[in-house]
Amino acid sequence: MPHLVADTALIFGRYARQTLRSKPALIFGMVQPLLFLVFFGPLLTDLPLGGRASSWQTIVPGILVQLGLFSASFTGIGLILERRTGVVERMRVTPVSRLALLMGRVLKDVVQLLWQSLVLVGVAVALGLRAPVLGVAIGFVFVGALTISLASLSYALAMRVSSPQGFAPVINSITMPAILLSGILLPMSLGPRWLDIASHFVPFRYLVDGVRAAFAGEYGDGKIALAALVATALGVVAVTLGARLFRQAGA
Amino acid sequence: MAVITTNGLTHTFRTKRGPVAAVRGIDLTVERGEILGFLGPNGAGKTTTLRMLTTLLPPTGGSATVAGHDLARDPAGVRRRIGYVAQSGGVDPTVSVREELVTQGRLYRMGKAEAAARAGELARDLGLAELLDRPCAALSGGQRRRLDIALGLVHRPEILFLDEPTTGLDPGSRADLWQSIRRLRAEHGMTVFLTTHYLDEAEALSDRLVIVDQGLVAAEGTAERLKAEHGGAPDATLQDAFIAITGRGTTPRNPAPLAV
Repeated sequence: MPHLVADTALIFGRYARQTLRSKPALIFGMVQPLLFLVFFGPLLTDLPLGGRASSWQTIVPGILVQLGLFSASFTGIGLILERRTGVVERMRVTPVSRLALLMGRVLKDVVQLLWQSLVLVGVAVALGLRAPVLGVAIGFVFVGALTISLASLSYALAMRVSSPQGFAPVINSITMPAILLSGILLPMSLGPRWLDIASHFVPFRYLVDGVRAAFAGEYGDGKIALAALVATALGVVAVTLGARLFRQAGA
Repeated sequence: MAVITTNGLTHTFRTKRGPVAAVRGIDLTVERGEILGFLGPNGAGKTTTLRMLTTLLPPTGGSATVAGHDLARDPAGVRRRIGYVAQSGGVDPTVSVREELVTQGRLYRMGKAEAAARAGELARDLGLAELLDRPCAALSGGQRRRLDIALGLVHRPEILFLDEPTTGLDPGSRADLWQSIRRLRAEHGMTVFLTTHYLDEAEALSDRLVIVDQGLVAAEGTAERLKAEHGGAPDATLQDAFIAITGRGTTPRNPAPLAV
């Protein structure tokens, strides 16, 4: 695929410009995580959350993963609207690489998410977060990987359903339990044993644990390695599925 | 020389209520430089056929060669040589006319400078030069349609497929568009494959008509021939012929009561 890179850059540019034009959406996407950070974070300051890390090192990774989970899984809505206006079909008649139509969009989502994560971490530092730079960087890699997976799945679903009304309930019914069961708000290890066990079946839990370990500077205890493994597996499955649906002619 | 040939082209949709045969075996030939009017009642399979010929929908049966490339084996080769303007058009309302045209050129793998030059050229040809920096949402219906067509022409295709190009346009814009379509053929020898519900448009623009009904070719020929053979009277209109061929009018057979 000699054209894949150039085509992906072209599609990325189109959607990056589209995102920059819709500044309200960019800002409102950040309101919820910022509210969590400002009004929920301080509640935990003096609570023992387990481990030697500060409460900020526990809560900020959770908010980052939550932001990635929400924004990436809803990103397909835009594709549904574009299918309705005929933009998707118009592009599919050109020789453009089918995979690039997916990857260009996904990359835009990754860049947007990383930028928002950077702002969030900046605000968190002002509020009292102290974390090693390397740990934060590793955390960002996980947020990026999560975005690649969920955005690919979201676009795959958007190629299959024809209305936002059919799309949103599916996403909601997946993201809500995922958020509750992955220990995004508080570490699952604080809960009863059955809840802790149940959460091990939710892949995002390993990512949250991995980002928390990274923010705490605990690189060697296997949590980061496990998170990397889960993120890679999730990414491979999601991108393969997304690529398949983009290659097939639209329904 | 034929630029499109199809043999028993078929598409059956699989739905929850069982298979639906939208196109049941279309055989047709389109000559180079011809303007072909593709007509039929709603649901006859026009758009499905068009979507197959433009690689958007894989045929479930039969075969076709489009612009010298086999539809099933080399869809990428077909894509490079055809332009397609869908009923819905397909522009982002927030993007400027220039950006849409340049991006389209880049999707056809033109360099940046080449795509920019081509955007200017097309804008001049189709009367969009003053509008290049406006967002697409600011265009009138007729201007939007000209932009849609410009997008389909960016890469100088051999064949241009137009799906109901003048639906919703005022009479002046319609006449303009007819003029543009005639010029494409006159100046570039382009083959134009168009669907329409307006029989006057089909008659005025097309060299030859193909009428499809229930997924099959029901009749074909020049408007004169169809009128003479199916119209039933020496002064028959194309509408008479169309109704005779398809067994129904362009309006539903059981219209809603006028007063309730």
